[in-house]
Amino acid sequence: MTNLETQIIALIWTVVKIVCIVLPLMICVAYLTYAERKVIGYMQLRIGPNRVGWFGLLQPIADAVKLLHKEIIQPTLSNHYLFAVAPILSIAPALAAWAVIPFMPNVVLADINAGVLYLFAMSSIGVYGILIAGWASNSKYPMFSAMRSAAQTISYEIAMGFAFVGVLLAAGSMNLQTIVLAQQGGIWHWYALPLFPLFIVYWISGVAETNRAPFDVAEGESEIVAGFHVEYSGMPFGIFFLAEYANMILISTITSLLFLGGWLSPFEHIPLLGKLTSFIPGIVWLLAKIAFLLFVYLWMRATFPRFRYDQIMRLGWKFLIPVALVWLCLVAVAVVVKFPPWFN
Amino acid sequence: MTGYLSAYFSILVFIGIGIVVGLVPILAGHLIGKKKPNPIKDSAYECGFPAFENARLPFDVRFYLVAILFILFDLETAFLFPWAVTLRTTKIAGLVAMAIFVGVLVLGFIYEWRKGALEWE
Repeated sequence: MTNLETQIIALIWTVVKIVCIVLPLMICVAYLTYAERKVIGYMQLRIGPNRVGWFGLLQPIADAVKLLHKEIIQPTLSNHYLFAVAPILSIAPALAAWAVIPFMPNVVLADINAGVLYLFAMSSIGVYGILIAGWASNSKYPMFSAMRSAAQTISYEIAMGFAFVGVLLAAGSMNLQTIVLAQQGGIWHWYALPLFPLFIVYWISGVAETNRAPFDVAEGESEIVAGFHVEYSGMPFGIFFLAEYANMILISTITSLLFLGGWLSPFEHIPLLGKLTSFIPGIVWLLAKIAFLLFVYLWMRATFPRFRYDQIMRLGWKFLIPVALVWLCLVAVAVVVKFPPWFN
Repeated sequence: MTGYLSAYFSILVFIGIGIVVGLVPILAGHLIGKKKPNPIKDSAYECGFPAFENARLPFDVRFYLVAILFILFDLETAFLFPWAVTLRTTKIAGLVAMAIFVGVLVLGFIYEWRKGALEWE
């Protein structure tokens, strides 16, 4: 009996910890949509949302309330069960991936040894949501979008996998905490430097994986209206939206952890600055890196025109994969010969 | 062992909560939202026209080809993961073994490139 009680208490404790991760994450997602409209607005010399609340700060809440009150349309010809499952299938992995993300030393929900593998798996499941939504809608535009999106996502997943392998080689572990700690010793030890090509490959693949501009042919509003979620309305559409932004935050976080030293301070081991900034907790640095990468996401969307589909496939297969493969071979040799100062 | 299992159990709980986070707003939307279905609204969207054929169209075989190539390369990545983690202990032997394995795959990659399997014009 006491054994059961302790297990129930452990379960409640786990749930509390998960809520502590999910709640701030959902607030971040909501305000990322606001930041996107505001940042792109200023980049295009507009002011963005500014009516609801101070500087439009209540806009995301107003959006959520509006979406809640919209009618949920279920097309007669759609596959009803798959149609209902698709949005949930796209948000659940985007959230569940956070289980293995370390925020600071030992501040992590599940400190597993296969952390990178789990992240890879979760980011791969995301494509099912889009594919099922496109298929279940039984309508032409969602179908086209699902095809495009599936082929694009799996193409970039290969390059992404190779980038992961490069990090695993350098760190010698799949545990995310170990990977971050392996980058200790100053900003020049962050993997973005020795693995620079893989860092770029990972970032481009990450943007393509989340179907964001300039790789957003899956949505392509000028050709296939909105892609896989044309037939969705109200809250199911809102869930797709949340999933997309949650995935953006996830990709930015993984990039910060694997290549930009996670919670490590950029001023580590720098004579004066290191001492002066040592009081700042690690989580601040991690959040700053994530925020910067998210800004890059928005910046890219405001700057680059959309790629054509054949260009996307060419970039993925004929550029990113060869570059990643070549750099992987170099890193493997460097690890075996213990090339200083990074791999000794 | 119990610590190991409990870590994976909390991941399972997290996946469950992820599903709940998706489910609750949709159910709330069903409860709060209006419901005025009509046949035109519930038909498939096609720029205002009535849909004039089934949406289950035949699709380009290249999508299928990409999927097959993906399986090959993803399997390769699956082999690379454990190799990458253990390279510090397997040293030169691991390097040579993987060089042969990747070499064969690169040959296949060059072949498919030359054959034009990666062309999307």
